[in-house]
Amino acid sequence: MEHIVIIGNGISGVTTARHIRKNSDKKITIVSAESNHFFSRTALMYIYMGHMTYENTKPYEDWFWKKNRIELKNGYVKNVDTAAKTLHFNNGDTLQYDKLVLATGSKPNKFGWPGQDLDGVQGLYSKQDLETLEANAPNNEVCNRAVIVGGGLIGIELAEMLMTRNIPVTFLVRESSFWNGVLPKGESAMINRHIESHHIDLRLSTNLKEIKADENGRVKSIIIEETGEEIACNVVGLTAGVTPNIDFLKTSNIETDKGILVNKYLETNVPDVYAIGDCAQQHEAIGQRRPIEAVWYTGRMMGEVLAQTICGNKMAYNPGHWFNSAKFLDIEYQTYGWVFSERNKKDNESHFHWKHEDDTKCITVAYNNTTNTFLGINTFGIRMRHEVFNRWLTEERDIDYVIKNLATANFDPEFFSHFEKDIIKAYNQQLQTA
Amino acid sequence: MSNKLNHNMSLANAKDLSTKQKIASGIGVLGLFILVLAFLNVGFTNKVLWLSLSLGLITAGTIWFTNLAYLGKSKGIKNDGVWFKSISSRGIIGWITGVVMTAFYIVLYFKAGWLGLGTDGAPNTGLVALFDPLSKVLSGNPASQWFVYGTLYTVAILVFGYKFLMKYRHNRYEQIRTGSVMFFQLAFAFLIPEFMARLNSDSFKLPYYDLKNIWPLNYYNFEQYRVDEFISAGTVGTALLIFGILSIFVITPILTFKYGKRWYCSWVCGCGGLAETAGDPFRHLSNKKQYAWKVERWVIHSVLVFVVLMTTAVVYSYLGDDSSKYWLTKNVFLFSVAGILTLVFALTMIFKRQELGKDAKLGAIGYFAIIMALIGMHFFSGNSNVFLFEAETLRSTYGFLIGAIFSGVIGTGFYPIFGNRVWCRFGCPMAAILGFQQRLFSKFRITTNGGQCISCGNCSTYCEMGIDVRAYAQKGENIVRSSCVGCGVCSAVCPRGVLKLENDSMDGRINPKEILLGNDVNLMDLLNNK
Repeated sequence: MEHIVIIGNGISGVTTARHIRKNSDKKITIVSAESNHFFSRTALMYIYMGHMTYENTKPYEDWFWKKNRIELKNGYVKNVDTAAKTLHFNNGDTLQYDKLVLATGSKPNKFGWPGQDLDGVQGLYSKQDLETLEANAPNNEVCNRAVIVGGGLIGIELAEMLMTRNIPVTFLVRESSFWNGVLPKGESAMINRHIESHHIDLRLSTNLKEIKADENGRVKSIIIEETGEEIACNVVGLTAGVTPNIDFLKTSNIETDKGILVNKYLETNVPDVYAIGDCAQQHEAIGQRRPIEAVWYTGRMMGEVLAQTICGNKMAYNPGHWFNSAKFLDIEYQTYGWVFSERNKKDNESHFHWKHEDDTKCITVAYNNTTNTFLGINTFGIRMRHEVFNRWLTEERDIDYVIKNLATANFDPEFFSHFEKDIIKAYNQQLQTA
Repeated sequence: MSNKLNHNMSLANAKDLSTKQKIASGIGVLGLFILVLAFLNVGFTNKVLWLSLSLGLITAGTIWFTNLAYLGKSKGIKNDGVWFKSISSRGIIGWITGVVMTAFYIVLYFKAGWLGLGTDGAPNTGLVALFDPLSKVLSGNPASQWFVYGTLYTVAILVFGYKFLMKYRHNRYEQIRTGSVMFFQLAFAFLIPEFMARLNSDSFKLPYYDLKNIWPLNYYNFEQYRVDEFISAGTVGTALLIFGILSIFVITPILTFKYGKRWYCSWVCGCGGLAETAGDPFRHLSNKKQYAWKVERWVIHSVLVFVVLMTTAVVYSYLGDDSSKYWLTKNVFLFSVAGILTLVFALTMIFKRQELGKDAKLGAIGYFAIIMALIGMHFFSGNSNVFLFEAETLRSTYGFLIGAIFSGVIGTGFYPIFGNRVWCRFGCPMAAILGFQQRLFSKFRITTNGGQCISCGNCSTYCEMGIDVRAYAQKGENIVRSSCVGCGVCSAVCPRGVLKLENDSMDGRINPKEILLGNDVNLMDLLNNK
């Protein structure tokens, strides 16, 4: 019986395993050093905030794996011998495979800041990172202030987490406005104000120069590059993005760049070795996607596709329309299709932007300014239907149609206020003045 | 429920409370302390003053506490530290609260004398006496232990309803729904029955009737003394009796078809009202494991069978044999019950056979066979009992086991241990009927939003009914479950906008998918349509 070994029990690896099981009787083993069972990484923040327990974050009960004949091995793979099709673990164990799936995810970026390896300096990605945070910042007596470096999705989540323990947070953001490499300026500015309304000390256009240690080798303060200001703190959260977690492959003959290089079938250069999820890097980007997509949904989709290939129905990874979501403190964000920030958008992309006066809801609709074709939408504080926007993108509707029919895409709970009339009015006014 | 205890539910460990919050808690506790003093037979001469003071302090303390907890914060999900607080994570305070509430229920149901209920015409003393003035204002009669309970129950729904409203300021569905349960408790469960009692005279007497309390939740509604009272009260009484019958056979099916069981369970029902307000801090304690679901299905449907058998036996026992005196005789009644059950069973099997899992089918066949066999036995055994038991034995057993122990002592007393919907989930026969229809003949569902689920599990954690909502959401499958009471909290706590309660067409309501929206369209076509 063919033995499929998957390194990594995150959403990518587990999705692959589940779909292989649905379609075959192959022997399946999932290897992880992080946890015995699959848990939802996206929910780690809720454990620290006291919304959930670790048990609550497991999407499947512990009996699920045995019932579905998916073997789980807790171990850290030291290196991969592709010639002998053997994994070597750091405790000396070995494991033979017929096909190998690499789904090892990411690790937090470190950019060589002085002091970045001190006690009290950490990222937030793994279960171990969460345990470290619990030790570093259990309350505001142990941690009088935390500094977060890097204005992205993990940074703002870490800020939200620390605020629930009443720990003051200073948030260093390199960009001139929060996440404005991704978000258009109106949205980015609204989130800046939302962050500040939560009493987070947001520092825009601010870089970290160095992290200073006390006599015990623990962080005691940070220095800001631009001003030289020293900020006393007990914890530094490094949240300036993530990078593929592939150091253990350096000695192997699997070809890597930033991530593990794969073709559109998610195959590496070595036969019977595949890579998916955060750690995979496409030779050529698909559509407008990035070559490395460190996103929950794309990891899951790659797993769904790869299982087909492994079970004999060879399929290319050919995802549909881009979508994503996040939450910035109390404001939910969804996106469908492509809306680029001013920094990244092309000349033929224009935006219609509407913001509610309460400063917690807005939408930005991107369209092609020569054809008026709808390109994508960012929505904040208003839930929208994935299915409807997916269809409109496929049908290549124009922006007039999208704006006029926005109500059919609304996914807010019953009795919520609707804003379509306001939006249409604003749209008509902007067109007239444009 | 005892308001006494719920007040502790307040929120954090004492060290996390601000000075103001401690004072607010103290004010509430002072109000409860007056009730304890009354219980201990401290003779309050001015009962109006002391009762007003007690209820006033409880209300003021809770409202002030709530305002301090929520009003200063931005609108949004407020579950910080829920699993760290002793009261809401089965800690020592949670257990103490559970034990004290359980004790309160035991006294209430079985030792009302301890609360000061006067027997054989003697005046009330103690806690019950404290409530005499209020009862006299409303109904003209002295208080009973049930009046005390009803008052505290109503106060609890109102003050903790206020707390819920403030906690969910960002969610209008939650706000309107909570306003509804507060209204139905105050008007229908508390005030109207008392006012109706005021209309009673020597020649006219209506039974105590909470109009929204529908059989079989109101398992005693068709007992002989009540039916006699309804009929002897002329047109009004007969109308009420007919309303009681229409409630379950006409109104309930129509509303459940249009809106799902939520129209009752989380908008109208008093049990649901308490669970959603005072019980809200315990919703995450419900068991989400698959075995709990298996237990739930057997227990709740057994209670349903029990209540149908019991009610049939009771009604049967007081009907006559002579069809020339009244058309509804013992035999006509029994055949009608058997006929209705057979009709429901046949329709389900004809139209919904495909949707029922294997064991649901077995259960349905099993129960149907039991009922038929028991009715058959009656005809062949020819004794005066129905179903082998004395009707009265069945009635009193049901009243004790289900009415008192299950719905009261376990259902509410164990909030801090098993979560706030133990009764609704495992015991309520009304919920079983509504759920059966919701699963098979209703427009209601919780829609999942394409491929947006991140499997975080907030929805499952905060489902008071123990539904593993995430299991559906991460498959892109609508949630169509008998037990869902439509409280809407899964949708509220979802950080990615995945869940929406909706009433829509029956077609495609149950829609499991192998591949979620967003992936390769060919792959979706290949696997989702096979």
